[in-house]
Amino acid sequence: MFRYILRRLLQMVLTFFGATFIVYALMFANQDDPVQALAGDRPITDSQRQILTERYHLDEPFLQQYRYYMEGLLTGDFGTSLTGRRISDMMADAWPVTIKLALLAIVIAATVAITAGVVSGIRRAGTFDNVTLVLTLVILCLPIVVLAPLARLVFGVQLGWFPPTAGRDASWWALLLPAIVLGSLVVATQLRVTRSAVAENLRADYVRTARAKGLSGRRVIGVHVLRNSLIPVVTLVGVDIGNLMSGAIVTEGVFNIPGVGFNLFRGITTEDGPLVVGFVSILVIVFLVVNLVVDLLYAALDPRIRYA
Amino acid sequence: MTEIRAETDVLPGVDRAAPLLEVTDLHVEFRTRYGVAHAVNGVNFRVSPGETLAILGESGCGKSVTAQAVMGILDSPPGHVTGGEVRYRGLDLLPLPEEQRRRVRANRIAMIFQDALSALNPVYTVGFQLGELFRVHRGMSRRDARKRAVELLDQVQIPLAKARIGDYPHQFSGGMRQRVMIAMALALDPEVLIADEPTTALDVTVQAQIMGLLAEQQRQRNMGLILITHDMGVVADVADRIAVMYAGKVVEEAPVHDIYARPAHPYTRALLESIPRLDHKGGQLNVIRGLPPALDAIPAGCPFHPRCDYAQDACRHDPPPPYAVAPGRTARCHFWREVVGDE
Amino acid sequence: MRDPGVVTGVAGPAPAADRPRGLAGDAWRDLRRSRTFWIAAVLVALFLVMAAFPALFTPADPRACTLDRQYDGPSGTAFFGYDFQGCDTYARTVYGARNSITVGILATLIAGVIGLVVGLAAGYLGGWADAVLSRVVDVVLGIPFLLGAIVLARRLSQNASDDGVLAVVLTLGLLGWTTAARVVRSSVISAKNQDYVAAARMLGAGPARLMMRHILPNSVAPFIVVLTVLLGANIATEATLSFLGIGLQGDAISWGIAINESGRFVRSAAAPLVWPSVFLALTVLAVIMLGDAIRDAFDPKLR
Ligand SMILES: Nc1ncnc2c1ncn2[C@@H]1O[C@H](COP(=O)(O)OP(=O)(O)OP(=O)(O)O)[C@@H](O)[C@H]1O
Ligand code: SF4
Ligand SMILES: [Mg+2]
Repeated sequence: MFRYILRRLLQMVLTFFGATFIVYALMFANQDDPVQALAGDRPITDSQRQILTERYHLDEPFLQQYRYYMEGLLTGDFGTSLTGRRISDMMADAWPVTIKLALLAIVIAATVAITAGVVSGIRRAGTFDNVTLVLTLVILCLPIVVLAPLARLVFGVQLGWFPPTAGRDASWWALLLPAIVLGSLVVATQLRVTRSAVAENLRADYVRTARAKGLSGRRVIGVHVLRNSLIPVVTLVGVDIGNLMSGAIVTEGVFNIPGVGFNLFRGITTEDGPLVVGFVSILVIVFLVVNLVVDLLYAALDPRIRYA
Repeated sequence: MTEIRAETDVLPGVDRAAPLLEVTDLHVEFRTRYGVAHAVNGVNFRVSPGETLAILGESGCGKSVTAQAVMGILDSPPGHVTGGEVRYRGLDLLPLPEEQRRRVRANRIAMIFQDALSALNPVYTVGFQLGELFRVHRGMSRRDARKRAVELLDQVQIPLAKARIGDYPHQFSGGMRQRVMIAMALALDPEVLIADEPTTALDVTVQAQIMGLLAEQQRQRNMGLILITHDMGVVADVADRIAVMYAGKVVEEAPVHDIYARPAHPYTRALLESIPRLDHKGGQLNVIRGLPPALDAIPAGCPFHPRCDYAQDACRHDPPPPYAVAPGRTARCHFWREVVGDE
Repeated sequence: MRDPGVVTGVAGPAPAADRPRGLAGDAWRDLRRSRTFWIAAVLVALFLVMAAFPALFTPADPRACTLDRQYDGPSGTAFFGYDFQGCDTYARTVYGARNSITVGILATLIAGVIGLVVGLAAGYLGGWADAVLSRVVDVVLGIPFLLGAIVLARRLSQNASDDGVLAVVLTLGLLGWTTAARVVRSSVISAKNQDYVAAARMLGAGPARLMMRHILPNSVAPFIVVLTVLLGANIATEATLSFLGIGLQGDAISWGIAINESGRFVRSAAAPLVWPSVFLALTVLAVIMLGDAIRDAFDPKLR
């Protein structure tokens, strides 16, 4: 276990530096006029130019710049947006609602995926299974830019079942529709993986043993099959988080939810370079940390790895 | 053991005077996309307390399927029991509702499997998997169940049982894992134990230890033991009676000494001749010619006739019934007299 | 020299190089019988024609917009009515296919070439080359795709004065090759360990010949499947980037831009939002269904 954690940690450190380096290089390396690049098309005054140059050490060699940038990241200093707000303050404002949204989305997606996946896996090739397979294919193929605006149009604007926008201090209710939209990004894959894992595990010898022990059908599935089937689903969570982040940018933009994605969306449209760099860097870090946690969780679920 | 057996003692229809386990004319088929496989076609046998019945036969003849049908754990679909009776103490288990059937498993009839590594759940400790039996069937607390689990591991001679109770199956050696399986099967003091090739996956030296353990536990508990194997050599030492299966039927059932001395069925005879013997050095092993029939196309008449040296015309049309060769001894061969008479 | 197929006892006199052809032949036979495949193929063909010859579908000029037709209902060949700028929604939707599909295909080709080269190198060379390349893949995968695309697309489109097609193509191509590389790498490794490749090597086949005749054909099936899925994803991501305002630029006609702009005015007119969404979803669905069908046909486990 200890060696496993150590190895994963080392890998993560490598990936962390590599990923942040790439992000930073994409932004700043070989720019003719990096200051203008940060500010986009808007005109900038000489004093702004000087502030930006100092802040990002744009007059120093590239590697030096990267070092300063990393120092900033590691000490929690993510810079200041062009509008003059500190990125860390904006983050502190934005995280709560995004976390609320993401939690809701994950809970909805996991509940649907695991329940339907187990039923599908038990009754393979039945009506329920065939219907879910088609549904998941459709959901899988609906890009978030289609899903979010259409869901808002149909259920928010036309049918009026849900509030079409969810501003600051959004209630759980107002977040429900966006959360369903966001959750649908990950539900299809989770469902399919659960289904095939359950179908495969049902045929395993240990299930026969469990039945020979006189356990009830519910216990055989709920205790013996489910635990084994969740292992591959958990490994998906790492990838899912990346999808959720991408999805949140569009979803929060469409539903006007002032979360992390919304800020990033606005930063992109207003060409606020420092905001984009800051937010993207933080999200990359979060992504890497979540992936590490998922790896550890995976080890916790599967003793064959824990003791390898 | 003074355990209360409340839930199973109220099993209605159980008659303590009736035979322990009696299987009559059992039929099982598998309905798959490719057709219907007749895996078990009229199996009869009986086990008494303290008795060891060995079920012998080539691979695919339906030994495991018979055992699973007796336990009620067939994969269904595709497997279906299409006829026969499985009487435990006079009570036919086949028509019982699942909820009652479930309480017979592990409590009255228990089973151990060939490959203990895959038969144990990889993500739970052996302590959990053992304790589960006491918690589910006896309503014990986690702590009591754990204590009982340690006792059981001790009984099957796993060293340092207390320390190993929290280990996972993959942390045990092959032999130790099979001991865990045995402990699990014995946990609720069953009256019948079905062991489906319990030693096939093990080293020869370990095989002997496991067989020893099984025999010892059976003696202590006066259990009926059904030992499934295709190794006739193992059987001679431990079995009291033998049932030889071919194409889903018991073709001969007899006390072990009679079978070894004078087989009454050509198939049994051929099986015996195929055992390598120490005094037979260099001699050609007598392998049965031909192959077992496909289960969706079992020959009419005696299913063994395409491979049988004694076959005559009648064999091609009339399926042989179980002839009574001697008291407690049957053979499904029209010409058993000739077979027995042959040296 | 004897044929390696015979040396390893592969049935029949067929030379080893024929095996992939046999597999492809089997797969094609299966494909022809698959309903999913035909539905997907027809849809894909339809959108390809639409991208190549939009004028076949509408006589209208998608750029002929007048504000006095704002939000007008359907009329003539303007089956879907007019949007907030008074443009013919149907014409704009039809013309939107071209950019989507061009970007999707070009980006997928770039990603495919990079993935193929990296995967072949890692799988064939093994050792530390494999270790380094695999770490590079890890690092790229350490950046959530859309986040990387946002940064890169922003960067590439900065100096561009055009409609941004090249910038988006490069963005998607440069970031999207990782899965392809992984798949090629693993199929190369498994091919390398196969008996008939080992036999061919012992018989003196050089690395180039080994690669072309024995290893590459083995990687084709999974590679094609990955590329199809990637094509679907690229079309979707292009729309997303355009929606966010960092994809196609200016007056480019694009489903993503249309969805963004009309989304603000849904209360006045829903059609300009609905139809580009439907076309986009159908295109992605068709491509992914195609990939599914091909994967099923090539998957020997199902045969
Ligand atoms: N789940 C199943 N689905 C379909 N057919 C099955 C299934 N289980 C068993 N069978 C069929 O039943 C036949 C008998 O199988 P069984 O496992 O009882 O053989 P066996 O005598 O135990 O052989 P072995 O010595 O190899 O264990 C097999 O030939 C197989 O075709
Ligand atoms: S009945 Fe006939 S074919 Fe069958 S075993 Fe006896 S002699 Fe052989
Ligand atoms: Mg068996």
